[in-house]
Amino acid sequence: MTALGKLFRTTTFKLTLVYLTVFGLFAAFLLGYFALNTRRLITEQITDTVNAEITGLSEQYRQGGIRRLVIVVDARARRPGSSLYLVTTFAGEALAGNVTALPPGTLDNAGWTETVYKRLDEADAADHPEHHALVRVFQLPGGFRLLVGRDLDERERLYNIVLAAGRWSIAIVIVLGLAGGLFVTRRVLRRVDAMTETTRTIMRGDLGGRLPVAGTGDELDRLAENLNVMLERIEALMRGLKEVTDNIAHDLKTPLTRLRNRNEQALRTAKNESEYRAALESTIEESEGLIRTFNALLMIARAESGQARDDMSEFDAAEIARDVGELYEPLADEKGLALKVEADTAAPVIGNRELISQALANLVDNSIKYASTTDGNVAGAAREVVVRALNEGDRILLTVTDCGPGIPERDRDRVVERFVRLEQSRSQPGSGLGLSLAAAVARLHGGELVLADNKPGLKSIIALPQRGPVQISG
Amino acid sequence: MPTFADISGQRPFSRVAEAQPDRVTMRLLVIEDDRDAADYLVKAFREVGHVADSAADGDDGLTMAAEGQYDVLIVDRMLPKRDGLSLIGALRGKGIGTPALILSALGQVDDRVKGLRAGGDDYLSKPYSFSELLARVEVLARRRVGRSEETVLRVGDLELDRLSHQVRRKDEEISLQPREFRLLEYLMQHAGQVVTRTMLLENVWDYHFDPQTNVIDVHISRLRSKIDKGFSQPLLHTIRGAGYMIRDGAR
Repeated sequence: MTALGKLFRTTTFKLTLVYLTVFGLFAAFLLGYFALNTRRLITEQITDTVNAEITGLSEQYRQGGIRRLVIVVDARARRPGSSLYLVTTFAGEALAGNVTALPPGTLDNAGWTETVYKRLDEADAADHPEHHALVRVFQLPGGFRLLVGRDLDERERLYNIVLAAGRWSIAIVIVLGLAGGLFVTRRVLRRVDAMTETTRTIMRGDLGGRLPVAGTGDELDRLAENLNVMLERIEALMRGLKEVTDNIAHDLKTPLTRLRNRNEQALRTAKNESEYRAALESTIEESEGLIRTFNALLMIARAESGQARDDMSEFDAAEIARDVGELYEPLADEKGLALKVEADTAAPVIGNRELISQALANLVDNSIKYASTTDGNVAGAAREVVVRALNEGDRILLTVTDCGPGIPERDRDRVVERFVRLEQSRSQPGSGLGLSLAAAVARLHGGELVLADNKPGLKSIIALPQRGPVQISG
Repeated sequence: MPTFADISGQRPFSRVAEAQPDRVTMRLLVIEDDRDAADYLVKAFREVGHVADSAADGDDGLTMAAEGQYDVLIVDRMLPKRDGLSLIGALRGKGIGTPALILSALGQVDDRVKGLRAGGDDYLSKPYSFSELLARVEVLARRRVGRSEETVLRVGDLELDRLSHQVRRKDEEISLQPREFRLLEYLMQHAGQVVTRTMLLENVWDYHFDPQTNVIDVHISRLRSKIDKGFSQPLLHTIRGAGYMIRDGAR
């Protein structure tokens, strides 16, 4: 497509054409109306004057007979101007006046006629053009005929001037309109082309590209700004996805490598059945771990995609706190920790019971795991994990506090990310997905996971709006 | 019945079989379109002493399930010609109540709920371990004969009264927490059968997720210390690689 062809196909240009046509027609109509009316007005003026003169002249005739009429007409005819006079006898013989070369029969019809004529003083010059005139023929008593008229050249000239002005102005409207249209179209086209170019860059895979914003605040700017916000979001999501993929690759590849190495080693070195058996058993164990990690990832993905929103009901969060506490109490006890539940007042909330249970279970699991690693040497710290369900305004809080090493403030955002495990915890079993899942579940419900300092220890809080997540979709 | 040769370790599932000498032979139908998976299951079920057939698509599965006398159906959720849920629905529509266990690669909580609502009796998500599947299938088969109606459950000299919530062993009263009582009740309802950790989590705690640490083991060891401690004959057994079983060892 040529540049010009592209220009002509734009919406702006088509709109320009439509406007131009409408304006052109309007101007033509206006000027035509003006020209015709001017002409009509002049004609009316002519007839009025001619009528008045005829009345005057017939009065002269009535008072002074043909002789007086001839004298008056003769005098008037000699004045310069566009007035035309002729007095003839019954036979058509001119007695006085300034008109000649009328078409035959003009004088026979009394009344108004548009006719051609020659002025008497030009009659001999053959090259003189014929003039147009509007005349009235009046029968005088006694067979005389009186013709009074006005030359129409002036009227026609004015009419032609108006028509010419109209044609010119329409031509100018069209030329200027087209030029303006092309100018505007090219401006818009340039901006759209710039946007298209950016879009192509983005499509080629460079997500960092942003649409140009002219800063005029017009509709194109608004569109560009919104698209930029969208691109920002997509880039963030893609970045997140890439990080997750990298982490998944890392955390799934490590056990897979281990699994493979063990199998290879067994093939190489195992000498008897029991050694093969041991290798197989460890393979199964390792794959079980992989399945767990995988399930946790799916669960997080599901929570983050918002699918689980369909599955929500109202329940008592205090009951969940008691149930989860009860589930973990023997484990805590075994690790030398006291697990206490403080959830006596009901904390009704709308949400996915199963997911919230799991999120809380993960927090308790986490606290038990890390609190039990300290040797109880944190000064004054009770060796206990406390699970609480609280009402706070229009939110409910599920908190787990422990006396463990806690999480340094600078790491608190990071640990919520998938697979992130602080260095000192690499030795602990676990997928590193527990806190991520809890955070994803909290977000699903329109709430948040907060990690705070319990001084000493960690305080993890799942804060959820009582009324469940606000539905974004209308 | 497994022979001595089976137990010697030639076959992978012998350990489970070994733990249940009183296993009743079941007739099972595996409806699964993946040839390998179906063959594996049929072989494994036969190894532990059951009779197993397989069907490769939904229509065949429905015909076989309707005509044959099966104790339990193992139904893959996604099948050619007719999917697993509609197959179970059609069976139930015909008034056939053979227990059905749904196998699915989906495995989300709401999928499980959908499966059970469609008439399935249990739900297991892929990938599963055979011991888990076997334990669930056996529980399903036995449920029809059912001990759930009895008010007093007995295993050896252990006695659990479901009405008065009392537990005694050799006339000695044992005091249990409410959850411990439910745990023991579930184990005793399925006495002589392997019960997996997931089954306990689902049926005693009503949780369908996987706690990161194996909390169930700790609950079991607590329960064990209450019912077995001080008695020469232990009743609560750990079946390695599978789960737990309560059984009168003296028999």
